[in-house]
Amino acid sequence: MSPNLAAFLYLASGILFILALRGLSSPETSRQGNLFGISGMLIAIIVTFLVAESFSKEFIYVLIFLSAGGIIGSVIAYKIPMTAMPQLVAGFHSLVGFAAVLVAISAFLEPNVFNLGTVGNIKTASLIEMSLGASIGAITFSGSVIAFLKLQGIMSGSPIIFRGQHILNGLIGILIVVSIVYLCISQLPQLFWILILISFLIGFLLIIPIGGADMPVVISMLNSYSGWAAAGIGFTLENTALIITGALVGSSGAILSYIMCKGMNRSFFNVILGGFGATDDTAKNIEKKPVKSGNAEDAAFLMKNASSVIIVPGYGMAVAQAQHVLREMVDFLKKNGIKVSYAIHPVAGRMPGHMNVLLAEANVPYDEVFELDDINNDFANTDVAFVIGANDVTNPAAKTDLQSPIYGMPVLDVEKCKSVLFVKRSLSPGYAGIDNELFYRDNTLMLFADAKKMTEDIVKNLN
Amino acid sequence: MEIDPFIFRLSIFILSIFIGYYVVWSVTPSLHTPLMSVTNAISSVIIVGAIIASLASENNSNFEISNIFGFFAILLAAINIFGGFLVTQRMLQMYKKKKKK
Repeated sequence: MSPNLAAFLYLASGILFILALRGLSSPETSRQGNLFGISGMLIAIIVTFLVAESFSKEFIYVLIFLSAGGIIGSVIAYKIPMTAMPQLVAGFHSLVGFAAVLVAISAFLEPNVFNLGTVGNIKTASLIEMSLGASIGAITFSGSVIAFLKLQGIMSGSPIIFRGQHILNGLIGILIVVSIVYLCISQLPQLFWILILISFLIGFLLIIPIGGADMPVVISMLNSYSGWAAAGIGFTLENTALIITGALVGSSGAILSYIMCKGMNRSFFNVILGGFGATDDTAKNIEKKPVKSGNAEDAAFLMKNASSVIIVPGYGMAVAQAQHVLREMVDFLKKNGIKVSYAIHPVAGRMPGHMNVLLAEANVPYDEVFELDDINNDFANTDVAFVIGANDVTNPAAKTDLQSPIYGMPVLDVEKCKSVLFVKRSLSPGYAGIDNELFYRDNTLMLFADAKKMTEDIVKNLN
Repeated sequence: MEIDPFIFRLSIFILSIFIGYYVVWSVTPSLHTPLMSVTNAISSVIIVGAIIASLASENNSNFEISNIFGFFAILLAAINIFGGFLVTQRMLQMYKKKKKK
C-alpha cells in the first residue's frame, strides 16, 4: 500500500475515534459511537499490516499474540462486575502505559525499522519524542498499578506520606529532564534505561500519597497521561492515527480531572500533592451528641407516607453491592405513586460516572438520575432523602463552616428535605476525616446497618 | 526554505487537542465511566507501533530483539482493545430510558 493512501486511512481512523467520543453525548447515540471506535481500530490495524507487507513467520506470531490478548481482554470484559469498573480502568491504563514503553524501547534498539536513523545515531527529534513517550508511559504504568492496588483493596487506601516526599519527587523530575537532554547529546543507551527506571519510580511515588476517595482524580489523570504517551509514540512513528488519538485521550482525561477537582472544590495540585484526609485530629474532638437512630420499619413507614423521595447513592452502595435491592425498593415506592429520583454528586464513587453505571446495571432508567446542579433545588420540596453510602458530599458544613477542610465544596442539600434517612454502618467520619453535622439534625434518622442488609429489610417492611 | 513535516504533525496534534476539548465537554456526565473505558480502548491504537516493531525482519533465522518487545506490546494492547471496547459496549447496553406506559 502506498504511504500516502495509508496516511489518509490513518486519518480516517482518527476521525472515527472522534465520532466515537462524540457519540457519548447521549446514551441513544453512544452505542453507535462505540461501533465507530471499533471500525477505526480495525482500519488502523489492517492498514498497518498492508503497509508492512510482511507475511513471514513474524506475522504468525503477531496473530497469535493478537488473538491471545483478544481472548484475555474479552473474558475480562464479560466477567468483570460493574462495581469493579474503577480498578479495571486503572488496570487497563497500566497496560497502555507499558505497551508505550515497549514500543519506545524497540524503536530505540532498532531505529532503522522505523526510519529514525541508525543505532547510536538516532535523529534528535525522534529521540526526544520516544523519550517522552517512554517516560510518560512508564509513569502511567506504575501509577496505574498503585491506583489499581488501592482500588482493589490490596493496598490500603490511606495516603502514604514521608518526610521530604515532595523534594524527592521534585529531584526525580529534574533528573528525568536532565537524562533526556543528555540522552539527546550523547545517545548513550544507559541513559535511556535510567530514564525508564526513574520514570517507573516517580509513577509509584506520585500516587502513594493520594488517598482512596481522591481516586476519581487520579484515574482521570492517568487516563490523560496514557493519551500523552500514545501521542509521543505517534510523533516517533509519524502516525496520524496515534497523534490524533493521543491528543483526544489526553484532553479527555484532563477535562475529567478538572471536573472531579471542581466537584471537591480543590485545586489539582492540592489533590496531586496528596495527604488529604490523613490527619485524624478532628475525629478525636467529637463530643457525644445525641442522634436519632431508627430501624427498617421506621424507614419504611416514613417513605410509604411520603409523596416524593430522592435517593443519594455513594461509594458505600457500591461496596455493599446494594444497587439491585435499592431498585427493588424504589419499584415498591413507585407502585405506591411516590415520585422517586436519584441525585448523583460528581465525585460520588471512585471514578467519574461510577454511580450512573451501577444504577444503569440495576435497570434504573437514566432519565430518573440527575446531576447535582439539576436536582439540588428539588430537595426543599421533597419529603424524604435516602442517603445510601454517601457522606462528605452531603455535609452542610461545606456551606457554613469556614474552618472545615471541605468548605466550598458543592454539596447536595439533603438537609432541606423534610426528613433524611441516612444508611451508614457507624457514626465514623467520612474520607475528609470530619464529622457530618447532618447526623445530629432533628430531621435526620440514622439507620445503622450495612447498606444492602438495611435496604433488604426496608423492602420486607414495605411489603 | 521548506517546512519541516514535523510542523504538520504538530498542527494535527494541536487541532486534535481542541477537537478533544469540545467533544469531551459535550459528553453527558452520566456516561463518564464509558468515556474512560472507550478512551482507554482507542489509545491502544499504539498497537500500530507494536505491529511495525514485530514485523521487522532483517535475517530470516532469528527474531530481532525489537520483535520480542513488539509481540508483548501487541499482547498488552490487544487486551486493552478487546477488553475496552467490549466492556464499554456492555455498559452502554445497560443505559435504558424509562418505559412509557
